[in-house]
Amino acid sequence: MPNRIINWIDRRFPFTSFIKHDLTGYPTPRNLSYWWNFGFLAGFVLVLQVVTGIFLAMHYKADVTLSFDSIQHIMRDVNYGWLLRFMHATGASAFFLVIYIHMARTLYYGSYRAPRELMWWTGQGLLLLLMATAFMGYLLPWGQMSFWGATVITNLFRATPFIGDQVVIWLRGDYGVGDATLTRFFSLHYLFPFLIIGVVVIHLIALHTVKSSNPSGIDLAAKDNIPFHPYFTIKDFFGLGIFLIVYCLFVFYMPNSLIEPANNIPANPLQTPTHIVPEWYFLPFYAILRSVPNLVGGVVAMGLSVMMFAFMPFLDRSRIPGGASNRPMVKLGFYLFLLNMLVLGYVGATPPTNRTILIGQIATLCYFGSFLLIPYISKAEERWLIKRGLAPEVQALIESEARQIEQAKHPHSRRAGDIA
Amino acid sequence: MAESDTLGDADRRNFLIKVTSVVGGAGAVAAAVPFVASMNPSSDVLAKATTEVDLSGIPENGVHTVAWQGKPVFIFHRTPDEIKAMEASDGGFDPEPDDKRVKRPQWLVVVGICTHLGCVPNKEGPGWTCHCHGSQYDDSGRVVRGPAPRNLAVPPYHFIADDKIIIGEA
Repeated sequence: MPNRIINWIDRRFPFTSFIKHDLTGYPTPRNLSYWWNFGFLAGFVLVLQVVTGIFLAMHYKADVTLSFDSIQHIMRDVNYGWLLRFMHATGASAFFLVIYIHMARTLYYGSYRAPRELMWWTGQGLLLLLMATAFMGYLLPWGQMSFWGATVITNLFRATPFIGDQVVIWLRGDYGVGDATLTRFFSLHYLFPFLIIGVVVIHLIALHTVKSSNPSGIDLAAKDNIPFHPYFTIKDFFGLGIFLIVYCLFVFYMPNSLIEPANNIPANPLQTPTHIVPEWYFLPFYAILRSVPNLVGGVVAMGLSVMMFAFMPFLDRSRIPGGASNRPMVKLGFYLFLLNMLVLGYVGATPPTNRTILIGQIATLCYFGSFLLIPYISKAEERWLIKRGLAPEVQALIESEARQIEQAKHPHSRRAGDIA
Repeated sequence: MAESDTLGDADRRNFLIKVTSVVGGAGAVAAAVPFVASMNPSSDVLAKATTEVDLSGIPENGVHTVAWQGKPVFIFHRTPDEIKAMEASDGGFDPEPDDKRVKRPQWLVVVGICTHLGCVPNKEGPGWTCHCHGSQYDDSGRVVRGPAPRNLAVPPYHFIADDKIIIGEA
């Protein structure tokens, strides 16, 4: 009977072939490490956020007079409301952590390079959507940090040429962040996850066209691929277990460690808290904003700091395949970049003093400098590595890629050494 | 003209495609107008336009904060010393004489929103300090330390009696 139903469906919809082609039989490099788990984990957290969010929305009230109290209602009166809220709040941080590791893996192993540029750029779009969603969600509890975070970020649009002030009023629907702002943020906070799901589908279609990269950085022959199921379903689920242990530790034992205490004070438009900080995942970008002593310059620098990653496929000019494992300068640069991110994060979390402003400005220069130096470093490193001698398989790969480029230019000519 | 002639006329096809694209595009833009406009401040928000303030209860050197259009407005009762100090300078980044910023020198009325990113500065010593990003303003609301680009805005207001003002009407 089940077979007959599946046959009936298969004649009308490519059900079995889709499962086989894109899930169970999907060819996956056999040498993927646990760093390749984070795409799956990001998908898992997305589902977690959508599910907990939908149930929270059944009890939340988007109205400046009611929203702060409705959070207390969720925490105290709604059955398991505390659990739903802590899962959702912790899930936001987990989402950024997973995405940042996913991006760091891509940078370390050079997975953004041809032919995976579209993976990287759709990923960049997903990062922007995630940031927008998280930012709008943060206003909903209507606490002091919510209010002033939304005030500062909507004010960034004042940097728009000529119509800046009107744009800010239009975004807020009021002269300051108010009831109109809260209701539209709630509406869009509910919408954006579904946009994210749409872009994730594009991200996955691109992935299944170019296939996964792997730690060696060398495209593997068909014999080195193994089916996704059961090898990587089990690996992903093991990783999920580890992730859930860390996640539950936060949800059940320190749920408030990621919530700013000032957000337990209802929003007061007439009083800014003496020290406002964004959530941890925005700190480095916030530090860059504060480091530029000019409104428009700061806004442009902060926008660019997020968008710089999109230029990576153009900036990295080395022909040495693979990532940091084959490229010592990239490895060094990668760790220095992470260190610089931590410094920026620290600066973003501390109140502005002359010393932290100076540290922030130096770290901001290092941040942009590291991107701008990549073209030169990657070329110099390539020359140095070739002079030092490459591993035979790396050498062979560079030569075959050069042949392919040559062939693309002259599709009909054939050289002596080529095999027909 | 026979049907085959009109179908085969490439120029005619291209022209019709262009015209329908333009008309369709204009229609899409027109349809977007109400959606975009719906996000602008609604009538009830626009109605909160003026605020009347009684100044008689504000002591010398005292600051009262009142809400106007949902925004904080600082009303600062300045002492003769403070007035003298402020009239002696033109401020910092955004020079402006003090008498251009007040209607009566003892009363400074400014919108209490930092011109950088919109936080509310705190009264600290002489002037105000914004704790969000470190901007400082003097006792005339003029910016003396960045990143704020401009002085605190002076809202439109006028005196209706010796100790009463209306904010929102010049």
